[in-house]
Amino acid sequence: MKKFLIIASALTALFTSSAVSFAACNFTPSSKLTLLANSYAAWKAVSDAMGECGNFEAELDAEFRKKQPDAFAANPSLYQLGGISNSTIQPLLSAGTIRALDDLVAKYGQDLQPNQLIRINGQIMAIAMSVNNQHLMYREDVLNSLGITVPQTYYELLSAVDKIAASGQVDYAFGGTYKAGWNLAEEFVNMYLGMGGQFFKGTQPNVNNVMGIRTLEMMRNLTHYMDPEYLVADSTYVQQQFQQGKIAMANLWATRAAAMDDQKESQVVGKVKMAAAPYPVTGALPASTLWWDGVVLAKNMTDQQADEAFQLLMEGIDKEMVSENNDLAVWLINGYEPGPMAKGAAETAENGAVPYPNGMEMGLMHTALGNNIADFLTGKETADQTLKDIEAEYKTAAKEKGLL
Amino acid sequence: MKNRTFIGFVGPSLFLMALFIAGPLFSVVWQSLHVTQPVYIQVETEVCTPGFLSQKCTKETQTQPKLDENGKIITETKFSGFESYRALLKPELIFKHISERNWLGLTNIDFYKALRFTLTFTLITLPIVLVLGLMIALCINQALQSLRGPIIFVSLLPFVITPVIGALSIRWLFVGDGILSILLEWLLKREIALFAQGWTIEILMMSYRVWHVAPFAFIVFYAGLQTVNRDSLESAIVDGATRWQRLQLVILPHLSPLILFVSIIHLMDSYRVFEEVIGFRSEAHVISLQWLTYDLLTPDDTGNRLISRASASSMLTMIGIIFLLFFPLSRSWREHKLRRSG
Repeated sequence: MKKFLIIASALTALFTSSAVSFAACNFTPSSKLTLLANSYAAWKAVSDAMGECGNFEAELDAEFRKKQPDAFAANPSLYQLGGISNSTIQPLLSAGTIRALDDLVAKYGQDLQPNQLIRINGQIMAIAMSVNNQHLMYREDVLNSLGITVPQTYYELLSAVDKIAASGQVDYAFGGTYKAGWNLAEEFVNMYLGMGGQFFKGTQPNVNNVMGIRTLEMMRNLTHYMDPEYLVADSTYVQQQFQQGKIAMANLWATRAAAMDDQKESQVVGKVKMAAAPYPVTGALPASTLWWDGVVLAKNMTDQQADEAFQLLMEGIDKEMVSENNDLAVWLINGYEPGPMAKGAAETAENGAVPYPNGMEMGLMHTALGNNIADFLTGKETADQTLKDIEAEYKTAAKEKGLL
Repeated sequence: MKNRTFIGFVGPSLFLMALFIAGPLFSVVWQSLHVTQPVYIQVETEVCTPGFLSQKCTKETQTQPKLDENGKIITETKFSGFESYRALLKPELIFKHISERNWLGLTNIDFYKALRFTLTFTLITLPIVLVLGLMIALCINQALQSLRGPIIFVSLLPFVITPVIGALSIRWLFVGDGILSILLEWLLKREIALFAQGWTIEILMMSYRVWHVAPFAFIVFYAGLQTVNRDSLESAIVDGATRWQRLQLVILPHLSPLILFVSIIHLMDSYRVFEEVIGFRSEAHVISLQWLTYDLLTPDDTGNRLISRASASSMLTMIGIIFLLFFPLSRSWREHKLRRSG
């Protein structure tokens, strides 16, 4: 009997608490809806807000990009909602597994900003929620104590990290997301595009040139100031190095900025400031690419489900969610107040950083870059040979895919 | 046994083997000899990137797969012969590098880089696993009867741990300021970064593999030790044989079929080394053949996967295993025939 009472009271507590949270929502989906998205704080905030409506489950997984194309191609789709970025929307677009949202936007999208509607050939295919880019984060206290101004170019940055390293104030002057593979390739893309490089000339790969060599050399110069284990450092690793006061500067994703002031994790609260991504050389573009995160709806589900999924999405990216999580991302949503944490991302965009390039060719190029750059950084190959290898690997893969 | 009874017993397992082993194998062979490509069209697309106040729109020509009326991607499959194998093995570069004695150039080709590591990994861990397994078995065989159970249980634990999880925990102990690298730094009074260069990662990977599979060798050898003929051992003692002579002349010959068995299993398993590469994030420094297949199969951001080359790579891995197993198997076959005729 006693046991029964405990269970009964627990159940009551559960129902009352969920009733309270349901109140934040206007409706509850009639069938269970699911979301597959990347795993970081902004997605957690959005999916939690959607979860308040009930009958919803979010799967946040850093490896979402490997699951999404196949999961959405299934009929019915395994997820109704998908969290994507400008690059991961590509396979869904080319396989035609996401639906146009024009009618739903007209019906429920009164609060959306025009900026959020991602149109592909005139049709709204995704709702963007935030923008993201890699920009400079630095320890203000360290820079001030050494009398260093915030570096504008990578040459200034190199002399700054040199001074910081000599001062011995931190373990490593600089941090970089140089984990071999996707992260390392992204760093190359940022620097190479910042220098004004183009990845393709017609259908042919085009990295073996002066800008490619300069990019590689700059990357290697930076590694001298990093933790020697930089080839295993992903965004979370660098974020933690910052939080633990081990590094003084890094070019890190805007979505990681809020973590620097997280009282629970960070030992450097209030000391990390944001600035624009530096220029590779004066007069070039910032060494960064513009990304956006957004949500798509699967094509393979009933219109009723799509209708409810879209309403749920509107609950997830509403004013309330933004006001509670203002600094977690650079939101595009109405009600967002850009704080000091967004300064770096905003200035990087204003300075003219270019969007990350689209297309299947770029996907293959990104892989080829990620697999080969480490050989140069560890001194196994010359810059020239590395760039030749990258072009050769691209060509082999493109031939196999029928793109060449 | 009557033929019908024989087929009745063997048939179901033959059927399942055809379904789950021969079928997939055939499909991998077939895929490695063909390429499937989508039919592409060039589309003029307007792509917009949200900025802070307005959108940045650019018109560009994109290559996109063509869809049929049901919304499925139209693909065509072509026979490509050994093209995928050639793309992996790069025969034209081998001759060039070998004639120039450029070994570094050779190991910069992914396949040979992976083969080099896979072979060193397999051949170095094999003797260590055998010797360590045998040593643990001999020690426990000498231990007090009442202590044996708990000791066996504890020694088997590493084998029970899921390989990827084990590799990850070892990585966390050593990466950056992990507790064990701090301990090493304190002991050696110098900075240590085990994940900064290839050879330290290789040593960690091999030590991890030995730690992980030595219990398997141990339990097999321990079982074998229970069946050593007591009489031969006692007569050896009477004859004045030393401990070492008893091991060499009585115990080891008795265990030799088991040693062969453990070797074969270990060769097969460690030639497919994969979990260590993932767990230790070693792909910048060392990769294995199995990882190469995995990497080719992994879709990139835009959804491209290289299935034909991945199939070719897994075929080559299988051929490698068969080649490695050829020597121990042919030896045991010869011994088997010798024993029958003798």
